[in-house]
Amino acid sequence: MKKLITGLVLLGVVATAVAQKDDSSNDALLSNGGIESLRGKAQLSETRESDKMKRVLKDREVVERNYVHQPPVIPHQIRGYKVDLNSNKCLSCHGWKYAKEVGATKVSPTHFETRDGMTLSDISPRRYFCSQCHVPQVDAKPLVKNEFRAVESLSHK
Amino acid sequence: MNMLKKIWQILKTPTSAAVGFVIALGFVGGVVFWGGFNTTLELTNTEEFCIGCHEMGDNVYQEYKETIHYANRSGVRATCPDCHVPKDWTHKIIRKIAASKEVWGKMTGIIDTREKFQDHRKSMAMREWKRMKDNDSRECRNCHNFEYMDFSEQGSRSVKMHSTALASGEKTCIDCHKGIAHELPDMEGVEGWH
Repeated sequence: MKKLITGLVLLGVVATAVAQKDDSSNDALLSNGGIESLRGKAQLSETRESDKMKRVLKDREVVERNYVHQPPVIPHQIRGYKVDLNSNKCLSCHGWKYAKEVGATKVSPTHFETRDGMTLSDISPRRYFCSQCHVPQVDAKPLVKNEFRAVESLSHK
Repeated sequence: MNMLKKIWQILKTPTSAAVGFVIALGFVGGVVFWGGFNTTLELTNTEEFCIGCHEMGDNVYQEYKETIHYANRSGVRATCPDCHVPKDWTHKIIRKIAASKEVWGKMTGIIDTREKFQDHRKSMAMREWKRMKDNDSRECRNCHNFEYMDFSEQGSRSVKMHSTALASGEKTCIDCHKGIAHELPDMEGVEGWH
């Protein structure tokens, strides 16, 4: 019995040493251990082929929100729409001046408030950069299975 | 008096060979002059010529390179003169003569740094918008012909605008499509902008 234990311990030591020797090579250190992640099966050290670019969906109806206070997603393409110090293309339709004529959703009044809750006469600078929260949608499948559903009160009927 | 009459007589009755020679010379000279003139004119109507000066090459051309008129799925491009120089001869010559002011601008270096360019961006943009508004966006329409727009292929937002305001002639392309090829200046006070 004693011999067996000693033998096992010895074996363990040798195995660890061999394993350590393996680990000392750079590749092993960078190995992902055979685990497949969202990045695929690629090793950390290699640059894998990039995924195909997804296409932004063309004009659609308003997309349901999933939860209260979710920034609504953009149901249309926004290529070339600049939002900077000089101009804000989004507000050419979504600003209160133009929304009715164009048939666009008006910017929520919450966007007129400073962080102290003071209401300004125009879009608050902290809410000016639309695409910080609002994003267009692409034709991509969810990366992981998701069964999340919006609460009943938010679904369009 | 008699002398004058004689000279007139000589002028009135040249030998037929001389007449032929003069006409032929005039014809050949005309062809050479016209050909040379038009070739030179068209030489100034190329992208290489336009971005030959750094004012255009370093500013507007770089901005344009990010837009759909430079790179797109089918590879059809609209280069500088396609939008900024009229196609038909009369309007082209008028625009070319007006452009001599730009040569003066180049010599005096009115926009020879990025800062100067930015300072002048609004006035330059407004001038071009006005030109396009006044000619009903003629240069856009050289390619984008309203008659052949298929609304079923357009997005719903485009159809909404094109079938109403554009169709009725109330608005023209440039009224909505500003800044599609270059950066915009400060849009404060410009109609349709916040």
